[in-house]
Amino acid sequence: MRLRLEKRLEPSRTMLVMTPVLSVIAIMILGVIIFDGLGYDGPQAVWELFFTPVLDVYKWRDVASKAAPLIIIALGLSLGNQAKIWNIGAEGQYILGAIGAAGVAFVTQSMTGFWIIPLMILVGMTCGAFYAAIPAVLRTRYGVSEVLSSLMFVYVSLQLLSYLITGPWKDPDGHNFPQTAQLTDAQVLPHEVWNSGILPGLLIALIVAIIFYIIVSRTVFGFSVRAIGEAPHAARYGGFSSNGIVWATLMISGAMAGLAGVLELMQLTRLNLGFPSGYGFTAIIVSLLGRSHPIGVFIAGIVLAITYVGGQVAQTVVHVPNATAGLFQALLLFAILASDLLVRYRVRINVSSPPKEGQRS
Amino acid sequence: MTKFTRRDFVKAVGAASALPLLGASAQAAEPFKVGFIFLGPVGDYGWTWAHDKGRREMEAALGGAVKTTYVENVKEDASAIPILRDLARQGNKLIFATSFGYMDQVLEVAKEFPDVRFEHCTGFKRAANVSTYNSRFHEGRAVTGTIAGKVSKSGVIGYLGSFKIPEVVMGVNAFTLAAQAVNPKIQTKLVMIDSWFDPAKETAATETLANLGCDVIATHTDSPAPLQFCQKKGIFGFGQGADMSKFAPKAHLTAIEDIWGPHYTARVKAAIAGTWKSEDFWDGIKEGAVKVSAYNASLAQDAQDAANKVIEGYKAGSYDVFTGPIYDQGGALKVKEGQKMGLGDLATIDWYVKGIQSA
Repeated sequence: MRLRLEKRLEPSRTMLVMTPVLSVIAIMILGVIIFDGLGYDGPQAVWELFFTPVLDVYKWRDVASKAAPLIIIALGLSLGNQAKIWNIGAEGQYILGAIGAAGVAFVTQSMTGFWIIPLMILVGMTCGAFYAAIPAVLRTRYGVSEVLSSLMFVYVSLQLLSYLITGPWKDPDGHNFPQTAQLTDAQVLPHEVWNSGILPGLLIALIVAIIFYIIVSRTVFGFSVRAIGEAPHAARYGGFSSNGIVWATLMISGAMAGLAGVLELMQLTRLNLGFPSGYGFTAIIVSLLGRSHPIGVFIAGIVLAITYVGGQVAQTVVHVPNATAGLFQALLLFAILASDLLVRYRVRINVSSPPKEGQRS
Repeated sequence: MTKFTRRDFVKAVGAASALPLLGASAQAAEPFKVGFIFLGPVGDYGWTWAHDKGRREMEAALGGAVKTTYVENVKEDASAIPILRDLARQGNKLIFATSFGYMDQVLEVAKEFPDVRFEHCTGFKRAANVSTYNSRFHEGRAVTGTIAGKVSKSGVIGYLGSFKIPEVVMGVNAFTLAAQAVNPKIQTKLVMIDSWFDPAKETAATETLANLGCDVIATHTDSPAPLQFCQKKGIFGFGQGADMSKFAPKAHLTAIEDIWGPHYTARVKAAIAGTWKSEDFWDGIKEGAVKVSAYNASLAQDAQDAANKVIEGYKAGSYDVFTGPIYDQGGALKVKEGQKMGLGDLATIDWYVKGIQSA
C-alpha cells in the first residue's frame, strides 16, 4: 500500500485564496501552544507578534520600512517566476543598486539640486539591471543555469562592496572604519511623503505593484511571460522569443532589486559592511507566498514585515528569544506550501498498483 | 483567550499613546529602565555573552532599582532604528548599543529622544545624550601574543579576524608585536572572514590557518568554534570575550575576558542620580575592563611568567606593546625607537606591522 498524489483537475479558487489566511490562523494557535509550553505567556507573545504591529499606529512605519524593499524586489522576481526563470541573486543586484547610487552620491557630495535623487535611482536601477544581465548572457549564450550563476554573483557583489568601502570610497572622516561618507540632505528622500506619514518607499512599492499588475494582466509582454512559463513549446510556436523573455525578466528583476537597494541606502544614509542584510533572499519567499501575483506579493510583503517587527516587539515585551520570528516565518511558509500541495493535489491511498506516468509519488 | 484580549489590548495600544504620560506620574515608584541592543545571540559565549553578563551583574548590583530589557541579533542596518526607538518609547531612560555598526542609528534616535541617554560601544561620535565606551582589548592581545610566542614551535601563529577595522588591526598588531618580543622570528598569518559570528565560517578559516602551519591561533570573532577545531587538531588557541575553557579544555591556553559589569553599574547609577554626562571611556587591564582568565594547567611556567609580566606592566603603566621601533609590512619605520603610539593614532590605525601576512 502506498500514498500517492493525484493532480486535481481544477484547484478550488476559494481555497487558493483562503489557505494563506487559514495558515496564519493555524500558526497563531500553534504559537500559543508552543510559547506556553516553553514557559512564556503564550497568548501575549502571539498578540505582540501578529497584532501589535498592526494595531499600534506607531509601528506601521516600521512595518512599512521593512515591507517596502521586500515588496519591490519580490515584484521583480514574480515576473521571472511566472516564466519559470529563477533569479536567486536579487541580493547581489540589490547591493549593486546601492553601489550605483553611492557612486552618484560620491561624485555629487558637494552639490545640491533636485536632480540628484532621481539620478541616484536611475543609476542604481541600471546597475541592478546590468548585474542581472550577466546571468542572462550566461544562460542564453552558454546554457548556464541562472539559478547557480545569479546566486554566485551575490558573493562577487559582496567582494566589490567590501573593496569599495575599504578602499576608494572609504569615508575620510570615518576613523578608518569601512564605510562611505554619510549621504547629504540632497541625496536622501524625505522621511515621509508631503507630511502625510506615508513612507516614500512604501508609496513607490505601491506604484510599482500597480505597474506590474497592468503589465502582467494587460500587455502582450505579460502574456508571453506566462506563456513561456506554462507551455514553452507552444509559446515558441506562437512566435515568442524565449531568450528575449530570459533577458527581460532577469533585467527587470535586477532593476527592481537595484531600486530597493537605492531606497535602503537612503534610509541607512551610508554604505557599510552591515548593508547586505538578506532582503534579496527573503524577497524570494515573499514572491512565492504572494503566488507571484502583484496584489498577493504586496500583501505577503506586509505579512512578512509584520512577523519581523512583531518578533522585535515580542522580544522587548515578552522576552521571547529572537529566533521566534524566524521560527514563525518558517512555520508560515511550511503551512502555506503544505496546504498548497493539498489544494492542487489529492492524496490517494493506492493498494499495490505501480505509479503511472505523470504522477508524483 | 479572553484573558489577553482585555489586558494586553490596553498594554499594546494604550502603551503606544499614553506611556509618556503614565511614565511621568508613576516614575518615583517604578524601577529605572535600561535597554540593551546586542549584535549576536546572548548565547554566543563571546562578545554578546560578555555584554549580557555585564548587564546581569549591573542588575544584581542595583537590585530592584533597575529593570533591564535586551534585544539580541540586531542587524547593523536600518532595522536597528525602530528597535532603538521602541526601547526609548517603552520608557528605557538609558540605552546601551553594543556594536560599532549602530553608530548613525543611535545618533538619529538620540535626536528624537533628547531625554533618553544612549551609550554606544566602540564608536567615535558623541552628542549631548550619547556617550561612547570601549575597552583597550589590545592589552589583552599583548598577553596572548606573549604566550603564543612562547608556545609556538613552528614560529608561525595565526589570527582569525572579522573585519579590517581599527580594533582588529590593533589586535593583530599587538598580538604579533608581543609574540615577536619573546621570539623575533615569529610570523603571523591573518585571515578575515567578514563576520563577527559565524561558527561554520570561523571553523573553515581556522582550518586554513592550521594548514598554513600555524600551531597557535588567536580569534577576533565571537564563537568558541575555532577553539573546538584547535582541540581536535591538537594545536592551541585563546578564548575571546569570555573564558571558553569548557569548550576546549586542552587547546584553551587562556582567554581575554571583556568585563562590562562595572561600567554598566557606574553609568546606570550616574543616570539615576542625575550625574550622567556625555563622555568617552576607553578602559583596559588597569581599570579591570580587560581581564586575562586562568592559564591552562599545561602552560609552561616561563610562559606564565612572561604573560604575568605584561599584565603587571599594564597595571603599573610601565609597559606598552606599541612602543617603537615598529615597522609596517613593507619594512618602513612607523614608530621610532622609544616612542609610543598614542590612543588617538591607535583608534584610526589601518596598517599592519612587519611579520603579518594576510593569507
